[in-house]
Amino acid sequence: MKRRNLLASGVAAAALATMGLPALAQDKTKVGFVYVGPVGDGGWTYEHDQARQAVEAEFGDAVETVFVESVPEGPDAERVMTQMALDGADLIFTTSFGYMDPTINVAAKFPDVKFEHATGYKQADNVSVYSARFYEGRAVQGHIAGQMTESNIVGYIASFPIPEVIRGINSAYLHAKAVNPDVEFKIVWAYTWFDPAKEAEAASVLIEQGADVILQHTDSTAPQAAAQAAGNVVTFGQASDMAEFGPFPRVSSIIDDWAPYYIARTQAVMDGTWTSTSTWDGIGAGMVGIGEISNAVPADVKASAEALRDSLADGSYHAFTGPLNKQDGSAWLAAGETASDYGDDSLAGMNFYLEGIEGDVPN
Amino acid sequence: MDLSSINPILLLASLMVAATPILLAAIGELVVERAGVLNLGVEGMMITGAVCGFAFATITGSPWLGFVAAALGGAALSLLFGVLTQYLLTNQVATGLALTLFGLGLSALIGQGYIGIKAPAFPDIHVPLLGDIPVIGPIIFQHDPMVYIGLALVAGTYWFLHKTRGGLILRAVGENHDAAHALGYKVIKVRLLAIMFGGACAGLGGAYLSLVRVPQWTEGMTAGAGWIALAIVVFAGWKPWRLLLGAYLFGGVTVLQLNLQAAGVAVPVEYLSMSPYLATIVVLVIMSSGRAPGSLGRIFHASR
Repeated sequence: MKRRNLLASGVAAAALATMGLPALAQDKTKVGFVYVGPVGDGGWTYEHDQARQAVEAEFGDAVETVFVESVPEGPDAERVMTQMALDGADLIFTTSFGYMDPTINVAAKFPDVKFEHATGYKQADNVSVYSARFYEGRAVQGHIAGQMTESNIVGYIASFPIPEVIRGINSAYLHAKAVNPDVEFKIVWAYTWFDPAKEAEAASVLIEQGADVILQHTDSTAPQAAAQAAGNVVTFGQASDMAEFGPFPRVSSIIDDWAPYYIARTQAVMDGTWTSTSTWDGIGAGMVGIGEISNAVPADVKASAEALRDSLADGSYHAFTGPLNKQDGSAWLAAGETASDYGDDSLAGMNFYLEGIEGDVPN
Repeated sequence: MDLSSINPILLLASLMVAATPILLAAIGELVVERAGVLNLGVEGMMITGAVCGFAFATITGSPWLGFVAAALGGAALSLLFGVLTQYLLTNQVATGLALTLFGLGLSALIGQGYIGIKAPAFPDIHVPLLGDIPVIGPIIFQHDPMVYIGLALVAGTYWFLHKTRGGLILRAVGENHDAAHALGYKVIKVRLLAIMFGGACAGLGGAYLSLVRVPQWTEGMTAGAGWIALAIVVFAGWKPWRLLLGAYLFGGVTVLQLNLQAAGVAVPVEYLSMSPYLATIVVLVIMSSGRAPGSLGRIFHASR
């Protein structure tokens, strides 16, 4: 009898324990973040981490956030995500393009965990995608760059040949060309998101070859420092304001503001209303911010740049409005036509330069 | 394609600068490995040196003191490795890898208050007379002092290893620690000194990044330079002059490929991006007749 009682109570305790655990876990919503660089990069990852802190500030004790920084884009990312999911994360943000396939793979193994992948295009029942229309910010940069350059050479430090980066190059070029028909872009592919030494190297090379405006799509502030050392070179903050390099060389910036989105999505998980969505917001929705345009920029240029920013924000102007040709001269958009987000030759899959840009897009 | 936009003088001049951090870290590791110790923590010691150097240079306003602090910081971290591997007989590979992870974390912690701060300027020196020679002057004789210190370290290392009694003892310890011990040499003492020299050099290499090359502090800023230094030591066959060649080749092709990209050369960018690694490996492998030190990576204890 005694033994049976013991067994029965043991079973009951085990049942209680297994029932109790999820109940406990539900008290706190656990949100995981996978970062591609260190949180102190001063750019891309820094802003994601600011948004993570905003989530903590918003919900206080109701959420617990965890993050892993400097996760390489590849199999290692899958391991990190799996570990987060096993540790009880309810929602995981994977914040780099290269995490796309790992996110999809891990999400298939954990149907109850919600995933949010930044800047990608593969969705699943429990995987949302979100991105910002950085190309709108690039349009403003190009507009300023085209008028600030005296050598008519704009240097562009590109990271990886993915649609996100190519859109930025096209948009910047288009709007620089519009205000300065003689402008020429020199593009260097760094093949890294974050390598200060290499970024500094690339910036120096571009400056040596005559560029007096440097645009960067890499995450560190090293190109800003290189421009500062050169003395007469204009730069723009990337992902983060990089205000410490203002008012010159940094004359403006593109700022990523993920906080409202992260808070909204965390709320949705708490409410149980989370569904797989595709979000692509720009200046209008506040996901892309244009940093203070410094006084190093002439007043009329600053005014027209702000007008351009406002017209992009209210939707009265689209950064890619025809007539536009591709690099090979074939027609892309007819007069007055604007680029579509998805489908053939759309923005989401953009893999071609526009007419006038020299060089080839790497495969 | 517009090759005329590439200025060969500037290209060769920036080659020397681009190679210096790797050269500094690699020459230190070469001495460590010649003493028979495999320290895979170069990356961790570099980044610790980078943050120590940056912090001290900004506090004191003197880049020179920054470099001294970087060397001390790198040496202190390497001493941790030395104590673990030489006295506690831990596995050198595992300890080295752990040292890299530890260094990355420690540097991020120390560097908290230094993000976004500017480093004090470290001016180039214009060597009198030699710096005025056309072409050669700007290429070789108008750099910051650390470039020449790097070269001097290579020359000094060569001289020490091959021309002095101390170097002979160090090599003996690296080739066969049991024999060296039997001859009465203090194996562990020699190795600890070598490890600390390696740490100091790696620290200097890291500080060169944070004080001259970039120049600012960002977390993880060495971005794999330490691993390249490790690879160059092996491909250079543990010989100082080949190591110099390897580092310059790597730095040179890195700068060259960026220049070619910017000039719009019609070579696929993927090939250009991998060219520094390929060129360095191919050249050094072709030249290589190097042999690893006999006791490399083996644990020494006097009782065995």
